[in-house]
Amino acid sequence: MSEASALNLLLFLPVIGGALLLLLPERRPDLVRGLSMLVLSAQLVIAAWLYLQFEAGVSGLQFETRIPWIAAWGVHYHIGLDGLNLLLVLLTAFLGPLVVAGAFTSITKDVKLFHGMVLFLQFTMLGTFLAQDLFLFYVFWEAMLIPMFLIIGIWGGERRIYATLKFFLYTAFGSILMLAAVVYLAFTVLSQDGTPSFAIADLYLLELSVPVQVLLLTGFALSFAIKVPMVPLHTWLPDAHVEAPTAGSVILAGVLLKMGTYGFLKLGFPLFPDAAQLATPLIMTLAVVSILYGAGLALVQDDIKKIIAYSSVSHLGYVMLGLVSYNLLGVQGAIIQMVSHGLVAGGLFLMVGMIYERCHSRDLGAYGGLAKVLPVYSVFFMLLTLAAIGLPTTSGFTGEFLVLLGAFHAAWPLYEQGLTYPLALASAAVLGIVLGALYMLRLVRRLLFGGLQAPEAQGGTLRDLSLREMGILAALVAAIFYIGLFPNDFLQKTEQAVIEYQERVLPERAAEGVR
Amino acid sequence: MDGMLTLLVLLPLAGFLLNGLLGRRLGTGFVNVVGVGLPFLAFGVALWAWRTLEAGDGAPIVETVFTWAVVGEYSFEVAFYLDRLSAVMALIVTGVGALIHLYSIGYMKGDEGYARYFAYLNLFLFFMLLLVLGRSLLVLFVGWEGVGLASYLLIGFWFQDAAKARAGRKAFITNRVGDAGFLLGMFLVFTFAGTLEMDRINEAFAAGLIPVGVATAAGILLFIGATGKSAQIPLHVWLPDAMAGPTPVSALIHAATMVTAGVYLVARLSGVYLEAPAASTLIAVIGVLTAFLAATIALVQTDIKKVLAYSTISQLGFMFLALGVGAYGVAVFHLFTHAFFKAALFLGAGSVIHALNGEQDIRRMGGLARRIPWTFGTFAIATAAIAGLPPLAGFFSKDEILWFAIASGEGGALWLWALGSLTALLTALYMFRLLWLVFLGHSRMEPETERHVHESPVTMTSVLVVLAAFSVIAGWFALPQYLEPLLALPEVRFAWGGWHLLQVIFAVLLALLGLAGAAWLYRDGGRPADELWQRFRRLHRVLAGKYFVDEFYDRALQRPWRWVSDRVFLRLGDRLLIDGSLHGLAALARWSAAAFARVQSGSLHWYAWMTLFGLVAVLIWVWRYV
Amino acid sequence: MSDANLLLAVSGMLFALGLVGVVVRRNLLVMLMFLELMLNGVLLSLAVFTQLLGAEAGAVLMFLVFVVAAAEIAIAVPIVLLLVRAGRTLDPGSYAGLKG
Repeated sequence: MSEASALNLLLFLPVIGGALLLLLPERRPDLVRGLSMLVLSAQLVIAAWLYLQFEAGVSGLQFETRIPWIAAWGVHYHIGLDGLNLLLVLLTAFLGPLVVAGAFTSITKDVKLFHGMVLFLQFTMLGTFLAQDLFLFYVFWEAMLIPMFLIIGIWGGERRIYATLKFFLYTAFGSILMLAAVVYLAFTVLSQDGTPSFAIADLYLLELSVPVQVLLLTGFALSFAIKVPMVPLHTWLPDAHVEAPTAGSVILAGVLLKMGTYGFLKLGFPLFPDAAQLATPLIMTLAVVSILYGAGLALVQDDIKKIIAYSSVSHLGYVMLGLVSYNLLGVQGAIIQMVSHGLVAGGLFLMVGMIYERCHSRDLGAYGGLAKVLPVYSVFFMLLTLAAIGLPTTSGFTGEFLVLLGAFHAAWPLYEQGLTYPLALASAAVLGIVLGALYMLRLVRRLLFGGLQAPEAQGGTLRDLSLREMGILAALVAAIFYIGLFPNDFLQKTEQAVIEYQERVLPERAAEGVR
Repeated sequence: MDGMLTLLVLLPLAGFLLNGLLGRRLGTGFVNVVGVGLPFLAFGVALWAWRTLEAGDGAPIVETVFTWAVVGEYSFEVAFYLDRLSAVMALIVTGVGALIHLYSIGYMKGDEGYARYFAYLNLFLFFMLLLVLGRSLLVLFVGWEGVGLASYLLIGFWFQDAAKARAGRKAFITNRVGDAGFLLGMFLVFTFAGTLEMDRINEAFAAGLIPVGVATAAGILLFIGATGKSAQIPLHVWLPDAMAGPTPVSALIHAATMVTAGVYLVARLSGVYLEAPAASTLIAVIGVLTAFLAATIALVQTDIKKVLAYSTISQLGFMFLALGVGAYGVAVFHLFTHAFFKAALFLGAGSVIHALNGEQDIRRMGGLARRIPWTFGTFAIATAAIAGLPPLAGFFSKDEILWFAIASGEGGALWLWALGSLTALLTALYMFRLLWLVFLGHSRMEPETERHVHESPVTMTSVLVVLAAFSVIAGWFALPQYLEPLLALPEVRFAWGGWHLLQVIFAVLLALLGLAGAAWLYRDGGRPADELWQRFRRLHRVLAGKYFVDEFYDRALQRPWRWVSDRVFLRLGDRLLIDGSLHGLAALARWSAAAFARVQSGSLHWYAWMTLFGLVAVLIWVWRYV
Repeated sequence: MSDANLLLAVSGMLFALGLVGVVVRRNLLVMLMFLELMLNGVLLSLAVFTQLLGAEAGAVLMFLVFVVAAAEIAIAVPIVLLLVRAGRTLDPGSYAGLKG
């Protein structure tokens, strides 16, 4: 098996799995779950193998496949791994089996359809990350909406219709603007080179005037910023999270939100470097506002899922802050923070799902003192909380530390030139670590500490975690601590791509050797 | 030997993992062996490391464990660094730590969270060793946050009591405020020095290539971190509340070791502070103010642990005073002696609380001297030590601090000395007050409590005796001189050496005055003092209310932030502006759709008429414009 | 006035007559017949232009339209019959509820 075909197998495995799923009888949910588990575990194995085979310090794509798809328009089926998508692909593959395992007992309606949708989602998400052709990227990007829409709409909570519509309208609105920008880019390539092409590598080389860049970046950025989500485009997120079933929340927080930040990293900033630099103050401001605003909102929520949803807004603010620092420290930190948030928020949503299955309430006021009756649950919840507030030795610290250091590092030279604003923003972002601790510890105190209180738990009938649940969480916690303690391997594999990102966005600074 | 320091750090971690994972299942015996044995083993290794250091040529022992991250040209390594300063710290941490682990066996006996308790305590030791042994600020910060975590877990150890859980959270949040400053300081230092390794940072700053303004800013930011961890104004509010934890925890974490981390940080980065006189002055001022204000609060507290907590804050203020006037070695000296007598005091208090079955209010104690003689004896020695009576430990270190407060060529000033001396007087006063109210006079205990008074088991009293012994002799080690190769003492401003002798005599007189005052005011269960306070009722209210700093923070910071989050962010921002405009758009679409839907009436004639009109309109347009 | 113009005027009048009939009459069957009248008016103009320009495609198109018109009537009349069976009236106004 050649290496490139391994990547294709990784991508199409869920499709094959989905086709096999169709052959299974609806009456045997156990078989459906088993098959999905098998497929996604195989996918994880392939992803891990690819990660290990991935060579650090090599420029360009690895495991590349490029086949003409719509030749007349210059559209190719073009996928490949580079430092930017490597960790996100690994994260997606890692969360897949955990999502299915987490849904073993919580999804009982239309089991076959549900797993089909999860597999479909997995396919489209991986496709989005792997696509090296803008057209292909757009197709996957849009296709991703369908399964997510259905997952929330069919298996969601009471207000699921409202939430799905909001989610759909927000993202569709962004997508249309992006489509317009994509079409414009395609025509520009045609007029400049004489041949149509959607290859992202070709698009990087385009010479666009600054006003055009600004317009196009606006189109892309709105779409990405909605996905991230950045304040003030975030209000779909809490609703979608609250109404989504656990599996939906996990995928949403774990992978889907990273589509937005990945979009900025892969397309938004490098395609339009001049516009990106113009927009940097705005994006940096919005990033810091997201950090503080999300943290503030998380403090005043009483719905556990909303707290975690708003914490996502806050945490992804760090990612954006790192991306616009345009130096190695910040961008590397942003990539780590993306992975970290996927693990941590995914884990927290899984844990909320577990307690919901037992007590059927997401209201913080209904709980208290769970540490007494659910010791194992509490230990895991505590560990995830620590990662969420970025305590050292967890992945959250690695990400936040590098991001903040990078932001400060980028802001200081500007301060010396007399520009105080970026430094003030970077300093304000540091306050996020205080506010983060504020709302997460409030959650922990109300949920785990204090006098015992839990709905439907009279007489100590609350079961602690089952082996299956412990396994899921142990895998997540192990990954969190691995990234916290030994992030270097990850950093080495992404470094080359990040250097190239910096060269594209800030060629003059990169030429000076300032990393 | 290679790996010695790594082994030292990993021993308590092993204890944490073993006790945390297996402790509950394997029972008390296992927990004791692992939880107490490993800290003692760690103390042994620390001694061995210290011997190795002394046997060498004075060069620090550096052990690089692994590379945490390499980003571009920057490399972040996890490395341990042992010189005389960190050796002293490691010995204090493991030595006092091991003793307190031993004491805990008796104190925590029968608690249902026994294994969990020792696991947390070992975890604390692990992070504390990371903190003192880390070569780079990053490793130090890992330990710094880690001890904060252990402290949080242990303060809220009896988590079912919501107030205790809240106290843990308060400690963590307050520390986090300091940590934000710490991080910024770290970033600033990194930007200029290009490294986080503290020995190289000191070198870089000492080389004088870095602007004074930067050194000052970095120094102040790092000091903000130190005020958080070491409970200095304005971030001191968490420490008294932290007394909600088990008493041995208060002794170890909130008196002897963790809270001194800020002192260690400043001493460790003395290279930075030597370049930043303004930051040093700030430290001295904050230090002496904290010392004084905390001492005044301690005068009127009625909870035995709260008195000791404010006393700790006050003593930490003394240490910062020394740091601020450039006498780094002296600050470490006081840290060293304080670790012993304050641990002895807290453990003594724990023994009292244990004897009285949980009673902590000193107004309901008294006359315990004969009932629990071992506790009384050790407590009295430690009290004398902290009050500064010669030849006990506190006398030597506090005297040096006061001397340098006035005599240091690097920021010594008369008013620092005067306020410091006044604080020393207050220290003697409130400590002897405690001794009198708890142990002397007649009993004011509840009859029910009184019947059960008993001396603590030997695992507890033996620890008290050891600590009391060290409270006597710890001052006899000339620690500042031992540390001089690393931390030079500042130049003395006065030519005539006799001034120092006068200062010593004066300090002793102050301590004796405090003792006499306490003996007079707090005889009869403190009636003379109560009568005195009657005349200054306002002042008493302010002091008993701790200057209302908590209330101020609540009104000025916490409530406004909640208000902004709730009203501005949630109601105005999310619900009204963002979702409101979205819903407005949706409503607009629905309204206009309804308007246009009218056109489709279902009447064929209506449709035909409209076709006709349309046709006519097109014809007119064609005729007019084409 | 040439023949062509005369024929075109007839075609226009046929169309206008049909349109007025559709608009003013309240009987479904009659309305259908007026509809045919309109169609035939258009067809007549098509035939005239085909002849004038000599385009064979026009002739083909005419036959196509005949077929479509026949099919339309073949479907429309049964629909009307079904409506009458259900509603017992030929007035289209009483079927306004069918707008959906």
